[in-house]
Amino acid sequence: MNFLGQTWIGDWLTGLGRIAVLTRDAVASCLTFKFSRRDLLYQIYFIGIKSQSVVLITGAFTGMVLTAQTYFQFHKVKMDTATLAVVGVSMCSELGPVLTALMVAGRVGAAIAAELGTMRVTEQIDALRTLATHPIDYLVVPRLTASMIALPLLTVESIVLGISSGYTVGVQLLGIDPVYLYYNMLKYTGAIDLEFGLIKSFVYGGIIALIGCYKGLTCGMGAEGVGRATTEAVVYSSISILICNFFLTLVLQRVAVLVL
Amino acid sequence: MIEVRQLKKSFGSQLILDGVNLRIESGESAVIIGRSGGGKSVLLKHLIGLLQADAGEVLVDDEIITRMTERQLLRVRRKFGMVFQGAALFDSMTVAENVAFGLRRHEHLTEAEIARRVAAVLDVVDLPGTQKKKPAELSGGMRKRVGLARAIIYEPQIVLYDEPTTGLDPIVSDSIDQLIIRVRDQLKVTSVVVTHDMRSARRVGNHVFMLHEKKIYASGPPEEFFASSDAIVRQFVDGVADAKETIL
Repeated sequence: MNFLGQTWIGDWLTGLGRIAVLTRDAVASCLTFKFSRRDLLYQIYFIGIKSQSVVLITGAFTGMVLTAQTYFQFHKVKMDTATLAVVGVSMCSELGPVLTALMVAGRVGAAIAAELGTMRVTEQIDALRTLATHPIDYLVVPRLTASMIALPLLTVESIVLGISSGYTVGVQLLGIDPVYLYYNMLKYTGAIDLEFGLIKSFVYGGIIALIGCYKGLTCGMGAEGVGRATTEAVVYSSISILICNFFLTLVLQRVAVLVL
Repeated sequence: MIEVRQLKKSFGSQLILDGVNLRIESGESAVIIGRSGGGKSVLLKHLIGLLQADAGEVLVDDEIITRMTERQLLRVRRKFGMVFQGAALFDSMTVAENVAFGLRRHEHLTEAEIARRVAAVLDVVDLPGTQKKKPAELSGGMRKRVGLARAIIYEPQIVLYDEPTTGLDPIVSDSIDQLIIRVRDQLKVTSVVVTHDMRSARRVGNHVFMLHEKKIYASGPPEEFFASSDAIVRQFVDGVADAKETIL
C-alpha cells in the first residue's frame, strides 16, 4: 500500500514538474515570437469561434436558472428586485469564467490532446523535429496563446448572455419590476467582479491548453494511449480549474482588499 | 561524417543497444540491417538526436550531438532529412504544404519560388501534379515518395531512411530503391538506410552494417558482406529460421 502510494505521488509530482518545464519553455518561446501568426489566428478561430454555440447556450441557461432559483428564495423575504444583483456578481466572478472554462476544456482540451497524441503515435512530432522545428514553438505556443486570448472573450460573451437572459426571465416570466431589477444589478455588480472573472478566465485558458498539450505530447502508444490522453486532459483540466478557482477567489479578494 | 561510439540505450529494463560503434563517411551510402525489433530504428533515431542515449556518443561532422539540448539540435538537424517508416506526413496538410514545410519555416522565399521548388522535387520523386492531394488520398508508396520529397527539398547533407520499402510490393520497392540511388547520386548526399530487405540492401548500400545482439556484429562493402561465410550473417542474408540450413 505504501509502495503504491509512493508510486502514485511520484508519478503525480513528475507530471507536475514536466508541466512546469513545458510552461517555462512555452513562455520563453512566446516571448521570442518564434510562432507563426497564421497558426495563432487559426487556433483563435478553432478555440474561440468554434466554441461559440456551446459557450453561449451554457451562459444563457445558467443565467436563466440562476435567476429563477434566486427569485424563488428572495421572493420569500420580499427581495425580488435584488435577484439580478446576485446573478450579476455570480456570473461575472464565478459561474461565467468557471462554466465557460469547463465547457471549453471538454471541447478544446480533448481536441488538443487527441490531435497532438495522434501526431505523436504516427511519428508526425518526430517528423517536425527532423525538419528543425521545435514542437513547443509550432504546436504548444499557438494553442496556449490562442486559448489565453479566446477564453476571456468567450467568458465576457457568456456573462453578457447570462445576465441578459436572466433579466428577460426575471421581467417577462417572473414579473419583477424591470427598473429596480436593473438598478440593483448595477449597484451591486462592480467592475472588480468582471475583472476577477477575466483574470480567472485568462488563467484557465492557460491551464486548458497546457494540460491538453502535455497529455498529447506524452501520450502512450496506439489508439488506447490517445484515448487515455484525451480523457485525462479533460479530467485534469476540469479538476485543476475547480481547485484553482477556489484559491484564485481567495487571492483576488485579498488583493482587492489591499489595493482598494 | 557520422560516428557512433559505445552507444547504449534501454527502454525501462529492456536493453536495446549495448555499446554500438560505427562510422559513416561523407558521401557514403550505409545500410544498417538486422532482425525486426533489434534496435535498427532506435539507432537511426540517435543519429539525428530524436532519442537520447543512456551512454556513449554520436558525432555529426565532429560535433557531439548527444550532449546538446533540443534547441541546439535544431541547428544540427538542418543537415539532415529523414524518411519515416510510415512516412509521417502531416495529415492536416496537402502534399504541397507537407513538402514545403521546411522551406516555409526556415527560408525566406516567395510563394512562387516555393511552388517552383515543390514542383521540381515532386518531379524528382515521380509524383508530378499531386500538390493538392491530402496524404489520406495517397497509396503507401506515394506517401513514402512524398516523405522523401519533404526530406530532400532543402538539400540536406545526410538523408536517413527508416525501412523505406517495408510494406510495399516488389515493384514499388524497386522504384523506391531507384529513387534512393538517384537522390544519392544527384544530390551527393550521405545516405543511411535501415532495412531488413536484403535485395534493397544490396542495391542501395556501399557499406553494410549488421546489428545483432545489441551491437554491430559485422560490417563491410556489400560484395564482401554478402559473400561472408559467418553463420549468423548467412542465416540473416539467406533468410532461414535455422542456421544449419544456410546456403553456403
